[in-house]
Amino acid sequence: MIEMHGVGVTYADADAPVLSGVDLAIGEGELALVVGRTGSGKSTLLRTLNGLVPHFSGGTLHGRVVVDGRDTRTHRPRDLADVVGYVGQDPLSGFVTDAVEDELAYGMESLGLPADTMRKRVEETLDLLGLAEVRGRPVADLSAGQQQRVAIGAVLTTHPRVLVLDEPTSALDPLAAEEVLATLQRLVHDLGLTVVLAEHRLERVVQYADRVVLVPGDGRPVVDGTPVEVLSDSPVAPPVVELGRVAGWRPVPLSVRDARRLAGPLRSRLAHADPSSRRAREGAREGTSEGRTVAACADLVVSYRRVPAVRGVSARLSAGKVVALMGRNGAGKSTLLKALVGMVKPASGTVEVDGLVPSRLRPGALLRHVAMVPQVPADLLYAPSVGLECEHADRDARVRPGTTLAVFRRLSPAVPLEQHPRDLSEGQRLSLALSIVLAARPPLLLLDEPTRGLDYTAKHRLVEILRDLAEQGHAVLLATHDVELVAEVAARVLVMAEGEIVADGRTADVVVSSPAFAPQVAKVLAPQHWLTPTEVALALADTSAVTP
Amino acid sequence: MRAEHLVTYPRNLHPGAWWLWAVALAAAASRTANPVPLLLILVVTAFVVAARRSSAPWASSYVAFLKLSLVVVVVRILLQALLSTGAQGPTVLFTLPALPMPANSGLKLGGVVSLEAVLQALYEGLQLATILCCVGAANALGSARRLLRYVPGALYEIGVACVIALTFAPQLVTDAARVRAAHRLRGRNGGLGSLRRLAMPVLEGALERSVDLAAAMDARGYGRTTDADRVSRRVTALLVFGGLLGVCIGVYGLLDGTASTWMGAPMLASGVVLGAVGLHVGGRRTGRTRYRPDPWALPEWLVAGSGTVAAVTVFVDVHLSPADFVLAGVTDAPPVPLLACLGIFVGLLPALLAPPQPGPAIPRGPTGSHRSDRVEVVA
Repeated sequence: MIEMHGVGVTYADADAPVLSGVDLAIGEGELALVVGRTGSGKSTLLRTLNGLVPHFSGGTLHGRVVVDGRDTRTHRPRDLADVVGYVGQDPLSGFVTDAVEDELAYGMESLGLPADTMRKRVEETLDLLGLAEVRGRPVADLSAGQQQRVAIGAVLTTHPRVLVLDEPTSALDPLAAEEVLATLQRLVHDLGLTVVLAEHRLERVVQYADRVVLVPGDGRPVVDGTPVEVLSDSPVAPPVVELGRVAGWRPVPLSVRDARRLAGPLRSRLAHADPSSRRAREGAREGTSEGRTVAACADLVVSYRRVPAVRGVSARLSAGKVVALMGRNGAGKSTLLKALVGMVKPASGTVEVDGLVPSRLRPGALLRHVAMVPQVPADLLYAPSVGLECEHADRDARVRPGTTLAVFRRLSPAVPLEQHPRDLSEGQRLSLALSIVLAARPPLLLLDEPTRGLDYTAKHRLVEILRDLAEQGHAVLLATHDVELVAEVAARVLVMAEGEIVADGRTADVVVSSPAFAPQVAKVLAPQHWLTPTEVALALADTSAVTP
Repeated sequence: MRAEHLVTYPRNLHPGAWWLWAVALAAAASRTANPVPLLLILVVTAFVVAARRSSAPWASSYVAFLKLSLVVVVVRILLQALLSTGAQGPTVLFTLPALPMPANSGLKLGGVVSLEAVLQALYEGLQLATILCCVGAANALGSARRLLRYVPGALYEIGVACVIALTFAPQLVTDAARVRAAHRLRGRNGGLGSLRRLAMPVLEGALERSVDLAAAMDARGYGRTTDADRVSRRVTALLVFGGLLGVCIGVYGLLDGTASTWMGAPMLASGVVLGAVGLHVGGRRTGRTRYRPDPWALPEWLVAGSGTVAAVTVFVDVHLSPADFVLAGVTDAPPVPLLACLGIFVGLLPALLAPPQPGPAIPRGPTGSHRSDRVEVVA
């Protein structure tokens, strides 16, 4: 279905090629997963499949890409619209119309299909993707999962043979992501569609993949094979594979089910090690003594117009702890963060940070008590270079010149100062935003969805940073969908639903029993309370040290 | 008879019909400064909107337009009463402290405010307000966005650009609010430099989204069926713009009433013909099709027709008895032009003749289990 022969891509005014020498053949009805670090060229690879590279992006394409017998050299993206359905990273920015039905019909209108065919296909697609109830609604009003399904439906109506998706679940909560992935699997199995998708969160998709294409970046050759082959020694791997490596399972398991069937002996080896005692010993994560209370809210209600987004929330955050805030999209997580940083005023109840009311603080003063990195870290940035950005931040925060830069150097040592913030990787940009808000050393740090677009390496770095900050006595609250990140770093988890806090407790107690929020390792080793492969590895090292 | 022709069959009326109706009423309003027909037109639009608006988000836009027209009236009165010397009459309402101005400038600041000036401003403001309300009614009943779906094939690209602009404008506002909030997190609170800081991320975001959108449209086949024949494109453009020019001059001639006769109906007609030919020629080159277009059936004709009747009656009446439309003195009671008022009442008919809005879907239990339960209970 898809053949790539010696494909190389060099963008205009770039010194080195993004991709080179890619030879790949993806058969009909396969689900191919493209993995690799941020900026390694995954998106470029996907965009060559429908000719967006080079027809739309510019640059030079070497070699040949043939999809369903059509060569992208001679076919523009629009000429491939009935063969390749391409769904970009942000579904909302790809919508041309504003109603669901019109969006589904748009592609067919462009191809000039007859009216009765369009009518029939729209109805079929609505049913296939479970969108019938929202058919007349504006796309902007839908949930993120529904929007993603509309975006998929919008390209499906032209009956393409290949579906290409760029990070389809990165913005979704775990359940919405599963919805979308289930839909994709149905398309592969029932319709024999060929699906090529790029994804950072391997733990969500790798079990569905027939083939994994690893793009290592820097123009090194692409590795391609079955998931087991590629992931056995790939630098990016989901926790279940890491657990497999730790436990020495061959072949490595790809799904919780596979791992669980192998995990009996491991569970009995670990039976005498107590995960919580170890964490208590480490102290940083679950200090037995409660730290100083940095922020507290009581009976907090925040409403937009007459819709309450946060309903009667009481919670306190103490110094030196990382707390995770979870819950589905629209549960009120972001609103709670905004209330803590004084962006929204409570309708009733109180918020206190450092003993002060954040919504009454002037921005200059606010900075010394609470810092927040918004969902799009780039919102904080505007200067033309990293160095200037740091200087401005020093002035904004009225701290000694060089303070921000010092923080940034600690978080991200190797970035040249003259680089434009736009050219940083997602992880580096997050570090820069963090350094800016942390320059004035506020006791409370809030992060809204920090792992969006981060690869595993960047995520590991973030985990280290957050642990460091907690050790230095910052209270950290992060709103996230990323269960693996929570397992790594959070001491306590708050789960929100419908604006209320429905669970509040130690991470292990809250997530292990939850089907949606349990990390993979917990699912494999339940009822034991292990959360991450690292914990298991350390425990195994302990037991083997004791046994002889 | 097909169901679309029934005026009782609930469906959305073609937005084009609403716009024709509203434009006709606006045209009628533009020909008179007499407050009686103006107020009538205003009431007619409000009544029809109240009777036939849907639950869609844009349906509440009429109120926004009504508020805007009130602002227009108030501003007009304030400016005229305070700044203009020309319109002042003998009936002095009150005298404000005045600033001296050059004698022959026609301007004043403060000073005498007379009843005549206020009334004159009120009537003139009322005309503008009525026209605004007509546009508001059209937008509330058949949103501009829905109307854009019916842009003729030859103007398709312009239509798409308008739709995208309509989506992007509110998006820009949200982005700006978000970035502003983010700047607060950096410890900035406005100031001179903040505009540049605001503009950078917002514009970058907008640019990125536009590129994404363009990629998505390209990938989905935008422009695939359009043949790029240069000559036919030029001819189309020439015809369409020539036609548009003709229509503009014609409309000006008709509405102004003082221009020479050739500028009115003949110019309008030739403009329409020219434009129609252009659109037809241009429409042939696109191979696009349209998904579920609203039908144009009897109710559409009736709605558009009722507006046209109202406009034509007003035009005819203005021609027959011009005295009824000009106020002899500003303070006199305005005359009542009977024929025109009757015509405007015809414009009220869409409240009955336009099909009613479809109600919300009635939620049903899974395969009607409730009903079977009830049957069992009864049995």
